[in-house]
Amino acid sequence: MKLSSTLLSLGTVCFFASTATAERGSDGHVKILFWQAPSTLNPFQSGGAKDNEAASLVLEPLGRYDPNGALVPYLAQHIPTVANGGVANDLTSITWTLKPDLMWSDGTPVTSEDVKFSADYCMHPDAGCSQLAKFDGVETVEIIDAYTVKVNFAAPRPNPYGPFMGGQSPILQKAQFQDCLGARAIECVAQNFAPIGTGPFTVKEFRPNDVISFEANPNYRDATKPAFETLTLKGGGDATAAGRAVLETGEFDYAWNLQLAPDVLAKMADVGIGKPIAAFGTTVERLEMNLTDPNPDLDKNIRATREAPHPFLTDMNVRKALSMAIDRSLLVEIGYGPTGRPTCNLVPGPAYYASDNTACLTQDIAGANRLLDAAGWVRGTDGVRTKDGQRLSILFQTSTNNVRQEFQALIKHWWNELGVETELRNINASIYFGADANSPDTFQKFYADVAMHANNYDGTDPQTYLAMYRCGNEPKPSRQWQGENINRFCDPAYDTLIDTLSQTSDLETRYDLAKRMNDMLTKDSYVVVPLIDRGRVSAHANSLGGVLMNSWDSELWNIADWHRIE
Amino acid sequence: MFTFTLRRLGMAIPALVFISAVIFMLLELAPGDPLAQVPLSVPPEVRANMREALGLGESAHVRYWKWLVQMFWVEPQVLCDHIFGSTFAEGKQRVISWQTRSPVMDTVAQRLPQTLWVVGMAYVIGVLVAVPIGIYSAYRQYSLFDQAGTFVSMLGFSIPPFFVGPLLIMVFAVQLGWVPSVYDTTHTVHDWQSFLVQLRQMILPVLVLSLQAMAQISRYMRASMLSVLHQDFIRTARAKGLPERKVVYVHALRNSLIPVVTAIALGLPSIFGGAIITEVVFKVNGIGDQLLNALLANDLPSVQTLTFLIAVLIVMFNLIADLLYGVLDPRIRYD
Amino acid sequence: MTDPVAASHNRHGKWPRIWRAFRKHKGAMIGGGILMFIILGVLLGDLLWATDPQALDIRNKNMRPLYTLLWDTDAKVGWAHPLGTDSLGRDALANLIVGGRTSLAVGAVAMCIALLVGTTVGILAGLFRWLDGPLMRLTDLVLALPILPLLLLVATLFRAPLRAQFGPEAGMFVLIVTVIGLTSWMQTARIVRSEILHLKEQDFILAARSIGTRPFALIWRHLLPNTLSPILVSATLGLATAIITESALSFLGFGFPPDFPTWGKMLADSVQRMDQYPERVILPGAAISLTVLSVNYLGDGLRDAFDPRSHRRSRN
Repeated sequence: MKLSSTLLSLGTVCFFASTATAERGSDGHVKILFWQAPSTLNPFQSGGAKDNEAASLVLEPLGRYDPNGALVPYLAQHIPTVANGGVANDLTSITWTLKPDLMWSDGTPVTSEDVKFSADYCMHPDAGCSQLAKFDGVETVEIIDAYTVKVNFAAPRPNPYGPFMGGQSPILQKAQFQDCLGARAIECVAQNFAPIGTGPFTVKEFRPNDVISFEANPNYRDATKPAFETLTLKGGGDATAAGRAVLETGEFDYAWNLQLAPDVLAKMADVGIGKPIAAFGTTVERLEMNLTDPNPDLDKNIRATREAPHPFLTDMNVRKALSMAIDRSLLVEIGYGPTGRPTCNLVPGPAYYASDNTACLTQDIAGANRLLDAAGWVRGTDGVRTKDGQRLSILFQTSTNNVRQEFQALIKHWWNELGVETELRNINASIYFGADANSPDTFQKFYADVAMHANNYDGTDPQTYLAMYRCGNEPKPSRQWQGENINRFCDPAYDTLIDTLSQTSDLETRYDLAKRMNDMLTKDSYVVVPLIDRGRVSAHANSLGGVLMNSWDSELWNIADWHRIE
Repeated sequence: MFTFTLRRLGMAIPALVFISAVIFMLLELAPGDPLAQVPLSVPPEVRANMREALGLGESAHVRYWKWLVQMFWVEPQVLCDHIFGSTFAEGKQRVISWQTRSPVMDTVAQRLPQTLWVVGMAYVIGVLVAVPIGIYSAYRQYSLFDQAGTFVSMLGFSIPPFFVGPLLIMVFAVQLGWVPSVYDTTHTVHDWQSFLVQLRQMILPVLVLSLQAMAQISRYMRASMLSVLHQDFIRTARAKGLPERKVVYVHALRNSLIPVVTAIALGLPSIFGGAIITEVVFKVNGIGDQLLNALLANDLPSVQTLTFLIAVLIVMFNLIADLLYGVLDPRIRYD
Repeated sequence: MTDPVAASHNRHGKWPRIWRAFRKHKGAMIGGGILMFIILGVLLGDLLWATDPQALDIRNKNMRPLYTLLWDTDAKVGWAHPLGTDSLGRDALANLIVGGRTSLAVGAVAMCIALLVGTTVGILAGLFRWLDGPLMRLTDLVLALPILPLLLLVATLFRAPLRAQFGPEAGMFVLIVTVIGLTSWMQTARIVRSEILHLKEQDFILAARSIGTRPFALIWRHLLPNTLSPILVSATLGLATAIITESALSFLGFGFPPDFPTWGKMLADSVQRMDQYPERVILPGAAISLTVLSVNYLGDGLRDAFDPRSHRRSRN
């Protein structure tokens, strides 16, 4: 993966310039602003990134991803691999060894009991653990000795770094959470709000959805860290106000997730007291083509299911023309600036997984028009193309968000030049991204022709992500409209590749397979039309050193190294 | 009057249960998913499991009954325990927010202080300013003062807070740097210096909110005073040679207060409900912010509980207003 | 005390008299004039200014209004876009015209619903004791209902049929107007009721009742004219509230489709760039304020004209 070169290099310089001689707590107080306020500090009970990132100040996993997507040991001595014998040759188990003499913030030792307990806690059937997918395929977690744990998988796992890896799968203290198993998890308010951890900070006070006060962990494993004695994490407001508080008034040291229009962010940065930082991960803003017919006149058991193929989006020429009409660079310029880049790939990174698919980057409206002409779509008197009485009239929906509405207007404008009529609809995110089977407006139900939103995958391995497009994984009435294959894509050849990928451990072959699958969904079929590889962007004050933006793990992954600079 | 009050209070309980049932039904039928904010990378099976853990597997009437018991039976016990140190509520299930997995009422208690400080203060200031402005505007109708008052209050009312708020922040926090742009809810007042800090962080949101309250109430005050001032009994009072002060402040004011009292009583419950947009803009994180967050996250137990508390206040202040009518105009009878 | 309003109702010269009184009210005439201008402007403006409000002109994005030239001769301006363009190059003037049409319609229709329902409920509750309890509890109920879930529910239930009936935009319009109207009558109802409670014990009403005036006549001739002041105030406030509620709903994504401008939405969308492009908040903001102010003055004039007691005369 690449980093947004100019923006991030500054941060990197500071990082290496500084880590020298500090003393724990010598730099006083640091203030962080999250415009979406954390609701809990237990990632297993969390509702999203905001909670996990806040929790990463306190709770730590065995290993984390660094800004390049490489694995770094945290509580583990080293990252287990097949080469060092930590991962079994048949890929059915992984053995982790804890660093010696690790202590919880309350002074008790960290042992393999705690690691096993964390797995039991999340895998309990009544717990409603939001990170359960991390433990997918785990059969048992065995304690070998006080510092060694072995995770056994039911089947070979080419990517065994699901459990205990990354900010979403940290280690909980058994002593604190042992009465919170299963259905009781939800009742453990005090524990969820103030977990005891091994991280650089401990919770002093937690006010849900408002503000969290932290203090330096007296038992942190590096006696010189963290540099800050106390930390406040304030939540609430909106991204504009958060950017302002760091970049314009300097009231805060760090603002998280600044999804702002590029000109607005650039203007704030011009003040000169702080700077935005960005890093790219796997988030891709894309158009999803509906291969099934969302016509409201259809029976509700047939509508938008594979039994009713779409009247014109099943024509690959139409999908391709719709993609060709889009000027992705202009979209980036208007909506994301340096924090986005045009892409034709569903899997944009890490670099070794990204296909060299760049044909879509140049807009070609004339070519798209020729393509539609050749395919027999003829312009009518009102300028809209038809074929066999079928008008190219599209209902285009997305979630409510300023940038997305501007994109909708632009895309409608381009499609209009193709002779395609477009009706726009925006739906509040809390409904659009929900899975309420009774609502007609969820992205799963897809009662529209084209939809626009972003999706990503955790960690660096795209296997589960690509497996979403399996035949039968589409939302439909018999599955209560649950399912991830929202395009209703179905190709037996693709399914075969999914199976091959899940059994292949050789990395080079995996890269090739992933690229082929990516191409099948994008440039070979235009079922998914990627638009923009979206980076994560945050901002920090110039007086804050050591910040190293990370899009593969929590942004606050190296908070122990943050410090004050002149 | 006393029996009337008692009867109304007695009627209020079934009315409130009915209101809570309607709200519950509305929330139940409205589309939305408490897991909408969970990242898309969490697969559907895990979501189903999480939904189950929130208690969504149970049917709607069971959940409503549980809520009723928790709200009317368990929560009062918790309050009692809190005040008297008793242990009635120990081990009993309280109303739990889906978002934070913690008791809704704890968050309410945590947030009430800043809401009362900011929104309450703004309302009090708004009313205290509005009443004299309304009186004087009516008394000197079409004077320069009246025109200016009309202009400012209508302007204040027609410009939305999502614009005024950022504008004030832009000028006073960013350009001039006089006040902070982010409200610190953990700040405690213990001496003069910290009081000044509190004052500085409160002043902008209070200004925005009191302008709105002022605009509305001063309009009612002016209109009502105007129509009273032209009535015969005022002329009579003047003809009797009563001093002008007494005519205005005793005879006219008292008779013109009825619609104003209604408007004030209508506004008071909204203090508790907080001022959603203003709280978000200034990051006051009071109850308005809690309600908005809960709405956006489809956190039904929180929305249900908060709207219910607001309903209780609405019913209560309605009753108080009715009693006040009787005080202002003894001829109004209810029984 | 006699009822001065009823006494002056000699059936002949009523309307001409009201018109004369109204004409004399300077504020009302100016307010009415401005309101007329705004209404004509948004209704007929696109005949004079035929630019398509949705047409994108990327090369000419972020243009400033012509008047910027007064202090900044380097400003990016052009006669093709006298009031400038937005970040996608859409013409601001054309958007103001079309957006005003929606905003005014939302404001006016919602205000009328609120007035009609609010006044009816208020009068019935104030006048008839057996209706008071149920109607006031209904008012409490609606006051307590959170508007967002209500709007979502209504949208889920009725959007598809309304869209089939009226098309996507008009369908959404009917939906939003109805919801705003039906959730904003309570203040009017409460205030009218309180006035009626106060009025109905006054001598002239008792007198009118004792001579057997029918309830309808009593309401129409005696009660309504005397509650006009607060009704007109809530009408003015209601108009402003409706326009702003609509913008807040659009802002939160519960309102009109994205290619359907309204003043409130234009204002909400521009707030984050208000220091760079102040005209984008000032123009729609001024349009809203001007409308509300002129309606307010118009209301003042109407009240004075309908209320013969307040004919301007020297005090004492």
